[in-house]
Amino acid sequence: MPVLHAKRTAPTDDKRWKIVETRMRRMGDRPAALIEALHAAQEAFGYLDTDALNYVGDTLGVPHSRVYGVATFYSFFTLKPQGEHTCVVCTGTACYINGAKQILTGLDEALHVKPKETTADGKISVLTARCLGACSLAPAVIVDGSVKGHVNADELVAELEAM
Amino acid sequence: MPAAARLNHRRANDDAHDAPPRASAYVCEAASCMSAQAHDITVRLGELTAAAGLTDVMIKRVGCLGLCAAGPLVEINETGQLFERVTPDNVDGIVTALKKVKKTDTRQPQGPFFEKQFRVVTENLGRIDPESLEDYLARDGYEALKRVLQDMTSTEVRDEITASGLRGRGGAGYPTGLKWTTVAKAQGAQKYVVCNADEGDPGAFMDRSVLESDPFRILEGMAIAAFAVHATEGYIYCRAEYPLAVARLRTAIRLAQRAGFLGAGIAETSFNFDVQIRLGAGAFVCGEETALIASVEGRRGTPRPRPPYPAVQGLWDCPTLINNVETYANVPTILRKGSEWFAEYGAGKSKGTKVFALAGRIVNTGLIEVPMGTTLREIVYDIGGGLIDGRPFKAVQTGGPSGGCIPTQFLDMPVSYESLIEVGSFMGSGGLIVMDDTSCMVDVAKYFQDFCREESCGKCVPCRVGTTQLYMLLDLITRGEATLEDLAQLERLAGIIQKTALCGLGQGAPNPIFSTLRYFRDEYMAHIVDKVCPAGVCKITPPEVMA
Repeated sequence: MPVLHAKRTAPTDDKRWKIVETRMRRMGDRPAALIEALHAAQEAFGYLDTDALNYVGDTLGVPHSRVYGVATFYSFFTLKPQGEHTCVVCTGTACYINGAKQILTGLDEALHVKPKETTADGKISVLTARCLGACSLAPAVIVDGSVKGHVNADELVAELEAM
Repeated sequence: MPAAARLNHRRANDDAHDAPPRASAYVCEAASCMSAQAHDITVRLGELTAAAGLTDVMIKRVGCLGLCAAGPLVEINETGQLFERVTPDNVDGIVTALKKVKKTDTRQPQGPFFEKQFRVVTENLGRIDPESLEDYLARDGYEALKRVLQDMTSTEVRDEITASGLRGRGGAGYPTGLKWTTVAKAQGAQKYVVCNADEGDPGAFMDRSVLESDPFRILEGMAIAAFAVHATEGYIYCRAEYPLAVARLRTAIRLAQRAGFLGAGIAETSFNFDVQIRLGAGAFVCGEETALIASVEGRRGTPRPRPPYPAVQGLWDCPTLINNVETYANVPTILRKGSEWFAEYGAGKSKGTKVFALAGRIVNTGLIEVPMGTTLREIVYDIGGGLIDGRPFKAVQTGGPSGGCIPTQFLDMPVSYESLIEVGSFMGSGGLIVMDDTSCMVDVAKYFQDFCREESCGKCVPCRVGTTQLYMLLDLITRGEATLEDLAQLERLAGIIQKTALCGLGQGAPNPIFSTLRYFRDEYMAHIVDKVCPAGVCKITPPEVMA
């Protein structure tokens, strides 16, 4: 069956769009590729802006409303640019009973930042994760992609402030 | 690069490959140890053994060795000697041990954590390089698939699975053989096989470890299932939070395709089957099978009412077989060793083994596999090593957010699907979280309610509105502001949600409340009547004394 929707060109000539385009094409530019395409766009750009959402939707023939629906339904996708550094606090059960709550309170008190927020200077974004599966390291956090185990709030704050 | 040449994954091109090594160090490179620089240890060991001129020594990356609490782990394969909490700068002891290994050495017992386990699903964990098809083949990998394709009909395969008594390891325990038969008999030219690797329960990491450590086993299990139900396409739906598992699966799929174990004409027969990976995006509800289907189709992961069950109408309305990672992982062994062998293990209607992830206030955090029917006491004390700092055991939480807390009096209960439901909990996928006297059970119930409230997809009212109301009532209790009327309201509302929610997430959401009320009602009363938190977790402002 021919693809009926008009295929759009990328919003800018940024080379990263190629990655997104390739991922969609590999799945036949079909609506089922939506989540994979959003993953590709977020990997490439760090977050999903309106341009990215519309481009993906137009290419796959998915209404903008549905693209927005999917992008906001899944907690992995973010529509806002992230801070320079990210700190993901695991709030899985093992981390919770080992003090994840105290870490979040500590971050809020020292840096005035709550989960899903970025510090006023745009330096640090704090996120939470359901479970990193690193239960033996509880409580665990991921700072800029590297996992840290047996974290205590004061040390973490000191480390983030030094960044 | 002489160092890298010593690493196992390069050994395929190595002349020394024919001669078995005199000594080998197995470095655990699963997620938990990897986050503590396990790969640097592998590289460092390679450099040091090369520098010392040890040509008959192999350094090998392997999957999860199990005892995550003591990671990063390195094992000397010939002697079974285990090095714990290794750092890249402190590997001299391992090199010395490698030098001392003699041909006559045999593996010594490694202590109760290892000796008390019985491994079926995890038999290759920590034994093979997860990215080496050769390693998998050397441990009887793909024997089962070859036998199935060459000597068996699809009916015989289904009968064998039915006879084994295998039940779904995702939690609900639905008989696997029955599910396969339903899909096989469903009308439809196109059928699908799906592997549910959306392990969302907090504190559960069994599926992750198996995927990271033995990915070929899942592919083999899925291929056998596809043959048995007449499917030609498969999907693995994996959490995006498990990047290492996804990477190893991708490698395994590529290698299996190249070797003719996936794709067209598998193992030189006319059977075709291929697998694709789909990434989740952080929605717990997608572990529910109809929500998972919606997500694979690229939509919001909201469940729909069943029936029709996915076995009849699943992916793109075609008959679809959905099983959990651990279920597929059991399949090759059952077909290799026979259903009778498998059915010998276990208790009552729960056959075989179960993999558990031990976490929480327990000494030996890690991954274990025991026969069904093992008691909680054996798991927590003999294998788990007891509680941290010898503190008193309070409860063990099983079944994730739909499960419950099991108190001390049931420590000697054999663990099975049935026994867990009897005491108000749930097998779930296999996370066991041990709690001591520093945990407040009302706070734990509140934690799970907060989880369900956030993860509710919003489709049905009982779950969307109800979980929030339950959370607010629990919050009131933990702040010491609740009355006995609030407690009655909590119980009433929990009962309604259990009966009226659309899917397992909503129906199971009240379970942590029911089970904590059943065994720890005194803690609720202390918060409500005495305005104190016995564990000292909840911050209750003492009431002002009236002058």
